[in-house]
Amino acid sequence: MTGTQTVAFVVNGEPRSITVEPRTLLADALRTDLRLTGTHLGCEHGVCGACTVIIDGRPVRSCLTFAVQAEGREVETVEALAGPDGELNSLQHRFQQHHGLQCGYCTPGILMSLTSLFRDNPVPTEGEIRDQIQGHICRCTGYQQMVDAAVEEATTNAGEAR
Amino acid sequence: MIGEPLVRREDLRLLRGKGGYVDDIDLPGVTYMAAVRSSQPHARILNVDTSAAKAAPGVLGVYAAADIEAINGLWPQHLAHSSLKMAVQRTLPVDKVRFTGELLAVVVAESRYQAEDACELVDVDYDPLPGAGDLHRSLDLGAAIHEGIDDNVAAHFTQSTGDVEAAIAQAPHVLRETFTMTRGGGHSMEGRAVAARWDPALDQFTVFDATQVPHQARAQIATVLGVPDEKVRVISPPDVGGGFGPKAGMYPEEILVTWLSKELNRPVKFIEDRYEHFLSCYQEHRQEHSVEVGYDGDGRLLGLKDVFLHDTGAYAPSLIVPLIAGTTVPGCYRIPNIHIEFRAVFTNKVPCNAVRGAGRPQGVYVMERVLDHIADDLGLDPVEVRRRNLIQADEFPYNVGLTFRDGSPLTYDSGNYPGLLKMGLDLFDYDHQRDLQRKRRAEGVYRGVGVSIALEGVGIGPFEGATVRVEKTGRVTAVLGAPPQGQGFETTYAQIVSDGLGVDPDLVDVVTGDTSTIAYGVGTFASRVMANAGPAVLEAATEVKDKLLRTAAAMMEAAPEDMEVAEGEVRVKGTRIGVAIAEAARLANAGAPGVNLPKGVVAGLTSTSYFNPSSAGYSASVQACAVEVDAETGEIEILDWVVGHDCGRIINPLLVEGQVIGGVAHGLSNAMYEESIYAEDGTPLTTSYLDYPIPSARELPRLRLFHQETPTPLNPLGAKGAGEAGTLGVPAMIATAVEDALRPLGVRIHDLPLSPGVLGDLIAEARDRGPGAA
Repeated sequence: MTGTQTVAFVVNGEPRSITVEPRTLLADALRTDLRLTGTHLGCEHGVCGACTVIIDGRPVRSCLTFAVQAEGREVETVEALAGPDGELNSLQHRFQQHHGLQCGYCTPGILMSLTSLFRDNPVPTEGEIRDQIQGHICRCTGYQQMVDAAVEEATTNAGEAR
Repeated sequence: MIGEPLVRREDLRLLRGKGGYVDDIDLPGVTYMAAVRSSQPHARILNVDTSAAKAAPGVLGVYAAADIEAINGLWPQHLAHSSLKMAVQRTLPVDKVRFTGELLAVVVAESRYQAEDACELVDVDYDPLPGAGDLHRSLDLGAAIHEGIDDNVAAHFTQSTGDVEAAIAQAPHVLRETFTMTRGGGHSMEGRAVAARWDPALDQFTVFDATQVPHQARAQIATVLGVPDEKVRVISPPDVGGGFGPKAGMYPEEILVTWLSKELNRPVKFIEDRYEHFLSCYQEHRQEHSVEVGYDGDGRLLGLKDVFLHDTGAYAPSLIVPLIAGTTVPGCYRIPNIHIEFRAVFTNKVPCNAVRGAGRPQGVYVMERVLDHIADDLGLDPVEVRRRNLIQADEFPYNVGLTFRDGSPLTYDSGNYPGLLKMGLDLFDYDHQRDLQRKRRAEGVYRGVGVSIALEGVGIGPFEGATVRVEKTGRVTAVLGAPPQGQGFETTYAQIVSDGLGVDPDLVDVVTGDTSTIAYGVGTFASRVMANAGPAVLEAATEVKDKLLRTAAAMMEAAPEDMEVAEGEVRVKGTRIGVAIAEAARLANAGAPGVNLPKGVVAGLTSTSYFNPSSAGYSASVQACAVEVDAETGEIEILDWVVGHDCGRIINPLLVEGQVIGGVAHGLSNAMYEESIYAEDGTPLTTSYLDYPIPSARELPRLRLFHQETPTPLNPLGAKGAGEAGTLGVPAMIATAVEDALRPLGVRIHDLPLSPGVLGDLIAEARDRGPGAA
């Protein structure tokens, strides 16, 4: 509990260094030390998925990760998805078009999980999309419209690949 | 723009991670409050020793009841009712705790980690008392949960119409059954959250509160602190991570954070974690309905008597859940004689307050199950029995003969239930589904069909208000008292202003949930905002348009009736000659100091309007599904699901669709998944998502949706409410479909939720009894 440690890591493409207690959760470090408040805490026990970020290319619960575990790693948060002028990326845009979010609290985590899925597999089936986001709880939407958004993204990717 | 499926402007910030939820608001110098909660369901408090906690690193203060006497008087009843007994509730309990999780003391520290560390050092001595985790145990407890209320009954209320005893005595057929249902928590993904700062120069508190009811929160905080309402500004931020009812309650943390911000002269923040949400955020507990129903040989209802028990938890801030449950039972059916009676019973559990549906899913479940049993008894199709009892489209307004929770007669305003049912059955292809069922049964598969119809009292008063003003920039601001928790108010109310004023919706900024921006408000709950704030916004916008036209006409030396709003200007009709809206606003809103306005110019292009409906309106929904049940595992697979919905006039169909599907998901969770479980003494046993499942995208099947629009005559928009209708019919439909699937085994379903374990037991019991023994 006592003492602090310096953590050097890359966050959304920028090298960052923070000094934290070893027990500090990555989610808290992102939100408090780096003021990246797009990552949300929904359950703090690894079930709801709201706090999902990407570390070295894999989706990870930042509420079950200590900040010190990010030492030397590359972390991506929801803030990295939009373009430099804030323009929505294609998946974000489809979420808006399909009304894939309501209160928006779970949305950043879901976007990060889907971002990871689409990098690994640009043309997932609806079943694969549902499997990927089954690790997230959304209380508002019933998921159908966000699934529609992701299906459309996959369909477009399939068209472009042809 | 009304009726257009506009995408939401809110999404631009939310999708980029730039939302502004309470915990995202940067308050320089902020401190963190953490909670010490009762570990006992029912116990006397012998001693609270805070000395070690006070000495812990980073701690600024530790406060138990003895330290907060100034703000620890008796709380007023949140919503009084003639039958509701006054039970003691304070900010912090003085002599005893009544549920596990009840707030006992708080720690404020420089960081949340330090505050939580110090909570561990607060030493509480308890003298345990007998506790009740169930309403029957409470009735037999022999110990009063609230002094002076020895039977633990918070309220006993009866209402009736006609002569139900005579109707049942004379009925050719009588059915007697008991149905129970436990709902659960709100589980907004953002828990409760509140932060406050005190401004010494103004002696004023600013409270950022993830509440559904900022004006009510202001009144409660001001009352308990003993300051005028004007000294407390409550802001429900534009981004609140879901509400679903529990965030419309009043909580001690709201009082403490506000008071401590002045005591410490530092901003103070409290963010509920999920464990605390399970323990301390209001929930809907069990109801047990015992019904007696008389009907004739055609299945027509003659009389219905429903006597039910309602578990209200450790406190009863209101009776809205049982009042609504009881008046939802008759639903869309003609019943000449009705008797509704309930006892609300205290237990040693977190208090009950409304969760999306607010008693309605229970009421719908009772009535729909009754109709299924009548169909069974008479060998009729369950849909046919419903059809024979439906109120017809030409019978509105239809007076049920009871009083709704809003105090007005339970009178249905408008609708077309037979039409809605027919549309639903056609889309579902009911006859084909029955054929499929027969075919699958012949193959040995347990397949069933369920249909439910639900009515929802929506749009209740007393009122909601709105201010619309044209700014000097040419943009338009619309201010609402009611705050959103994801419903998209910034988009939908801009659509209404757009139609009322004649401007592009992109020119309209919608401000919500800040008590400093509009004098009065009631809040966002009970699917009520569109039917209250919608007409208020429309009227205010229409009035402002009139002022704008008159102002521009004066500037142009034209007649107001010859003017129109077009393309950001006020023009002479049919021409491109006009003045910019911004120019008119600069003149009307600011003018020149000391110089008279030109004749005809209206000072101040602003208008505030309040709308108070004469009564609730009634939205309707129909649901139909086909399921197959694995009789070995108790697993239920939903194969097709149709949902039809009538919420009157639709402002934005894209968003209404989202409300309906989301509501359906909540209903499915109540039917098959989530359940708060308590030990006999009230100790909570489900306190994480590891033991309290909420369905994911894997469990939620694809729905097919349709809408019917029967506008309400109760307000000029014709809008009813859409927030809860999806939820209501799901538990009934699932119970019906599963029972239908397992008919060959004779399984009867009386209790929800229906987890695979529970269903597996029912199947095993039915098999032990043997076929036909049910």
